[in-house]
Amino acid sequence: MLKFILRRVLETIPVLLCVAAMTFFMCRLAPGGPFDEDKQVTAEVRELLNKQFNLDQPLHKQFIQYITHLPTLQSFKYPNRTVGEIISQKFPVSAKLGFFAMCIALSLGILFGVIASLRPNTYIDYIPSSLAMIGICLPTFVMGPLLMLVFSLKLGWFPATGWGGFSGDQFFASDMVLPSVTLGFFYAAYISRLTRGGMLDILTQDYIRTAKAKGASGLRVILKHSLRGGLLPVISFMGPAVAGLIAGSFVIETIFAIPGLGQDFVKSAFNRDYTLVLGVVMFYATLIILLNLIVDILQVTLNPKLKFD
Amino acid sequence: MNDTPTRPDAPDTVEKGESLWVGAWHRLRKNKMALAGGVFILLLSGLSFMGPFFLEGDYYTNTTLGDKLEPPGDDYPLGADHLGRDQLGRIIKGGQISLLVGLVATFVSLTIGIGYGTISGYFGGKVDSVMMRLVDILYSLPFVIFVILLMVFAKDLGDSIDAWFAARGSEFSISGQWNMLLLFVAIGAVEWLTMARIVRGQVMSLRRQEFIEACISLGLPTRRIIFRHMVPNVLGPVIVYTTLTIPAVMLLEAFLSFLGLGVQPPTPSWGLLIKDGADRMREAWWMLVFPGALFAITLFSFNFVGDGLRDALDPKTSKD
Repeated sequence: MLKFILRRVLETIPVLLCVAAMTFFMCRLAPGGPFDEDKQVTAEVRELLNKQFNLDQPLHKQFIQYITHLPTLQSFKYPNRTVGEIISQKFPVSAKLGFFAMCIALSLGILFGVIASLRPNTYIDYIPSSLAMIGICLPTFVMGPLLMLVFSLKLGWFPATGWGGFSGDQFFASDMVLPSVTLGFFYAAYISRLTRGGMLDILTQDYIRTAKAKGASGLRVILKHSLRGGLLPVISFMGPAVAGLIAGSFVIETIFAIPGLGQDFVKSAFNRDYTLVLGVVMFYATLIILLNLIVDILQVTLNPKLKFD
Repeated sequence: MNDTPTRPDAPDTVEKGESLWVGAWHRLRKNKMALAGGVFILLLSGLSFMGPFFLEGDYYTNTTLGDKLEPPGDDYPLGADHLGRDQLGRIIKGGQISLLVGLVATFVSLTIGIGYGTISGYFGGKVDSVMMRLVDILYSLPFVIFVILLMVFAKDLGDSIDAWFAARGSEFSISGQWNMLLLFVAIGAVEWLTMARIVRGQVMSLRRQEFIEACISLGLPTRRIIFRHMVPNVLGPVIVYTTLTIPAVMLLEAFLSFLGLGVQPPTPSWGLLIKDGADRMREAWWMLVFPGALFAITLFSFNFVGDGLRDALDPKTSKD
């Protein structure tokens, strides 16, 4: 296993370098610059600015400087703050949103999936399965505003927008409910479909019949004997899900006005904030690759048929 | 498979064989949800592409400032937006754009995916393992992020290209269509990975079959074997996956337009209409509910058709 991890980590390095190069050159070869918005800037000031941010040096030198000093570089838009500071301040907000969304997705998804799999092709199956179909087809940017319209503007149950909950100190606040539900619902739907499929495969196996025959209770058969195998498809879905959660957070943070890293990323791209763009992309890429590695390891540990190759 | 040998003395009750496509159609016809989805998509395409012929030329940009945020009624069946534009016209035009992006970008991803998958599966061995490892790595990358970057940074490139041509005395202009072109390329370039995997798997299993070996031993050129003998045989799964790619592409386009990166106003797309609606849902629920519901139903329909086609074309379920 150690060899597997080592090889995968080593493989990551060229991939991350490619990501950095692609991002850097895509930003820099495109027309426009970070100071285009300020019309008043005179030629002299612009030269000074370019010098301060090393924009006057050849591209390849800048690239090397960027990848070696990334976390300590200044942001173009907020010159007194470094990329590392911004990410470490904003990411916890996004991570909290992602964490709650994933909790909702896993608990609801597995619960509904298991229920649907116990009596396939009856109403106990149809109702959660159609709910799942709705969840998969209703995009977050339709669902978010609709939930907000109904539950905060019409019924007044939850605050419409807010960020106290995610960036504040308390663990939970009522303004976190709608964003987490919106982001988590799609994954709940997908996970319930995967769980249903996985459980249906397992429940017809001989060893389940044996377990029932020796008198294990229904609950014990599900929890002890079936879930481990039935959840394998869910685990392999977790890798892509993380990437999707990050993309989802861009939209959710825009809709609900949550000051997370996702909103910052989209803004930084519009602002031509080269250092922050590269920093956030590298941060996300590392995060996704790392979580994918953890998922792969988890998969092999849970499924004895797979081996680290 | 179609021609069951019939002799003059054979009884009439001999069961007639049916080809894969006829059988698939019979199975599909029994699937009510898939049929309903298909009918809805046809109606929607008809409305989006034929509807404009019955409306006035500037039906989606025509502003009447006195009718700002007019609720649904006699003048505006689906209400008016914040600039007094007819919401029905905007939705029709938006549907046109969304469907167009969905179809063209899917076609781009289809072409890349089929080409890549066929080459990888056909040559096998080292070529295959390198090509598929690349796909694995690409799978683990945050693609949406690259699409966002591409849409932001290449946005002004259209103007630069125009300027380049203008400097050489050419009338050529691309900036009007540039954003649409960029959408096609950007989305097509990220959605081909799964298609490549599916096609590769199919080609791999086909390659071991006798009729392909016969082609090879006959000395047919590789290109002819691939395009004449293999591509038609992988068509089934490709069709199924294509119907499932279209909604994914439309979703990505709407996502980008929602973030302000896709189609540029005043041209509407459904993502943009939903964004406008979300911004003004306090005053005008119809601006959010109608485009949102229509978009969701469209995605539903495509998914149902895709699922139906999968059940219909899967040889395992034939002759059930």
